[in-house]
Amino acid sequence: MYQIIVLVKQVPDTRDITTKTMKEDGTVNRTALPAIFNPEDLNALEAALLIKEKYGAIVTVITMGPPSAAEILRESLYRGADKVILLTDRRFAGSDTLATSYILSMAIKRIEKFDIIFTGRQAIDGDTAQVGPQVAEKLNIPQITYMQEVLHLNKNEIKIKRLIDNGIEVLKSKLPVLITVNNTSNTPRFPSIKQMAKFKKAISNSELTKVSNTLKYLSPERYSEETLIQNRLLINEWNMEDINANPILCGISGSPTKVFKINYVTLETKETKEIPPNEKGIKTLIQELIKEHIV
Amino acid sequence: MNKKQIWVYIENTNKDIADVSKELLSKGKELAVRLSSSNQKTELCAIWLGSGIKKNVQPLLDMRCDKVYIVDHPELKDFKALPYTTNLVENIKKHNPYIVLFGATSIGRELAPRIASAVRCGLTADCTDLQIGDIEFKTNKQAYKDLLLQIRPAFGGNIIATIITPEMHPQMATVRPGVMKNLEILPTGTGKGEVITLEPKIKQEDFIVEIIQKIQEEKKVNLIGAQIVVSGGIGVGNKENFKLIKDLAQNIGAEVGATRAAVDSGWIHKDHQVGQTGVTVRPRLYIACGISGSIQHLAGMQESKQIIAINKDPDAPIMKIANYKINGDLNRIIPMMIKAYKGKE
Repeated sequence: MYQIIVLVKQVPDTRDITTKTMKEDGTVNRTALPAIFNPEDLNALEAALLIKEKYGAIVTVITMGPPSAAEILRESLYRGADKVILLTDRRFAGSDTLATSYILSMAIKRIEKFDIIFTGRQAIDGDTAQVGPQVAEKLNIPQITYMQEVLHLNKNEIKIKRLIDNGIEVLKSKLPVLITVNNTSNTPRFPSIKQMAKFKKAISNSELTKVSNTLKYLSPERYSEETLIQNRLLINEWNMEDINANPILCGISGSPTKVFKINYVTLETKETKEIPPNEKGIKTLIQELIKEHIV
Repeated sequence: MNKKQIWVYIENTNKDIADVSKELLSKGKELAVRLSSSNQKTELCAIWLGSGIKKNVQPLLDMRCDKVYIVDHPELKDFKALPYTTNLVENIKKHNPYIVLFGATSIGRELAPRIASAVRCGLTADCTDLQIGDIEFKTNKQAYKDLLLQIRPAFGGNIIATIITPEMHPQMATVRPGVMKNLEILPTGTGKGEVITLEPKIKQEDFIVEIIQKIQEEKKVNLIGAQIVVSGGIGVGNKENFKLIKDLAQNIGAEVGATRAAVDSGWIHKDHQVGQTGVTVRPRLYIACGISGSIQHLAGMQESKQIIAINKDPDAPIMKIANYKINGDLNRIIPMMIKAYKGKE
C-alpha cells in the first residue's frame, strides 16, 4: 500500500472578479471573494486518488491555514481522502513561501513514512509555484514539477510525463518524491454523495470547542471526541508544538520577503476614439493606422 | 572593499542561451549601474551551467558582463533540478552575491525555489519590474539603503505588490520573459569581462531522477516579440469564428493571441494565451476581438502602444483602455478590416 500525502491550500477565488467584489474606488474587496479549494490542488488530490484506485494507497491531505480551512479538508474526505490534517496556529500567520514550506515539511516529518507527495503546480492567490520545490528541498527528496501523467509506478520508482516549455519530458525517479500537478493532468472528480453524507459531520478540534455544552450533552454520540475519532470524523489540528517547529522559522520572523507596498490595479481610461462600425469608419481607421506606420 | 555582485542565471535552450537571460543581463546592467552610482561598485555576473559551454562565453561578455562564472561538465548537459541546485547553492554561498535573478520559465520556476530554500533566502516569483530603492519602515524606524524592489502582479493580477528582502540576502527573484527591454549589446567580440571556471560538484545522489525522453519543439508562436497581435476572446463565439481572428492576423502580419476563456474552450492552443497566466505582450498594436477585458487579461497586454477593441458591449472594461473602440459585431467588422487593408494600394 502506497502512502501518499497531498498538500492543499484554501484560497480566495481570484478568477472571476466581478463588480460585486470591487470596491467603489475600483479595487478588490478581498473579503467578498469566496474561499475555495485551490484548483490545481484538486488536480493533485485527483492524481493521488487515481493511484489509490489503481495501485492501492492511503491518502493523507494536509493544509496550513486558519481554522476555517477545515472546509477544504472535509471536501477532500468527500472525494476519497483517508486522513486529513489541519496545521493551524496564530504563529504561522504571515508566512511567506520559505516559512510555509518549513512548517509543511515539519508536519510531514511527523508522518513516518510516505512514498509520494502531490501538490498543485501553484495557488491562484499568489501564483508563485514555490512551495512544492521548497518542501522537497527541506525534506531532501527529489521534485518533479508540472506533472501531466503517471506512466508507471512500482515500489521503488515512478515514471512521470511532465510538461516543459514547448514540449514534454519523461522522467523516472526513485521514491519518495514530491510531484507538482498541472490543471491539464486530470479532471477532478465531484464529491461522492455517499462520502458527503458521512463526512459532512467531520469536525475539527477548534470547531468542536465552539459546540455548546448543551449540544454536547444532548448528542454525546455526535460530539464525543472518542466517537469522532472512531468514526474518522475528527479533523486533526496540529499547532507549532505538535510539529516540533522552531518559532523563529515560522510566520513573519521566518519569512525573508516582506510586502512593502501594494498598488491596486485600476483601469486607466484612455482618450478613446470611437470608430463607427461601418465600411467607411473601418476604412478610415485602417488608413490612419497605415499612415502612422502602425500596420 | 569587496565589490557587490548581481548574478544572472543563464538558461540554455537547444541552440542558444534563452532570450529571457539576455533580457535579465540588460536589466542587471541597469541595476548594477544604479547601485554603483549610489555607494559601491557593483559587478554584473553571469552564472552559466552546462556541457561544452566554455568556448561560447564571448556573447555574454558582449552583453556587458563584468564576470562570467561557468560550471562546465558533461553531467550538466541537460537541466536537472538536483545537480543544478547543488552547484548553484555552493557557489552562491561562497560568493555571496547581493542579487540573483532567474527567468520565470519552467526551468527558472523549478530551480529558484529549491535554491532559495537551501540558501535560506527570500524569493519573489514572476516579477514584471525591478528597481533599486531606499526603504524606511515608519512603524519601527528601520531603514534600508539600496534594496531590490521586486514588483509583481498578485492576487490574480488585481494588485501590484512591491516585495523586498531586507535582511536575508541574496535578494532573489524570477522575472517574466518579455517584460525587460534588451539593451544594445557591444560589437561582437569586444566585450572584455573576466571568465571564471568553477569546480563542478557532481554527487551521485543528485542523479536519482533520470530523463527517459525529452521532446521539445521549436517555438511556433512568437507572441512575446510580436509587433502586432490580434486576439480573440469568448465573444468570438466558437472555434469556427476563431478562424476570422487568424485571417485578420495573417493578412496584416500579426501573431494570434487569445484569452484564457478562448483557450479553455479549445478554440486555440495554450501557447497563444495572453495574460496573467499566459504571456505578457507589449506590441505596437493590439487588436482585441470579443474580449471583455478581465483584469487577468489586461495584465498581459495593457502596455501595448495602441489598442483597438471590437466588442458588442460598449461598457466592456476593454473599451476603457482602448485607443480605438468599435462597438459592433466582430463577424461583420473583421471582414471589413481585411477588405480595407487589402485595398490599401
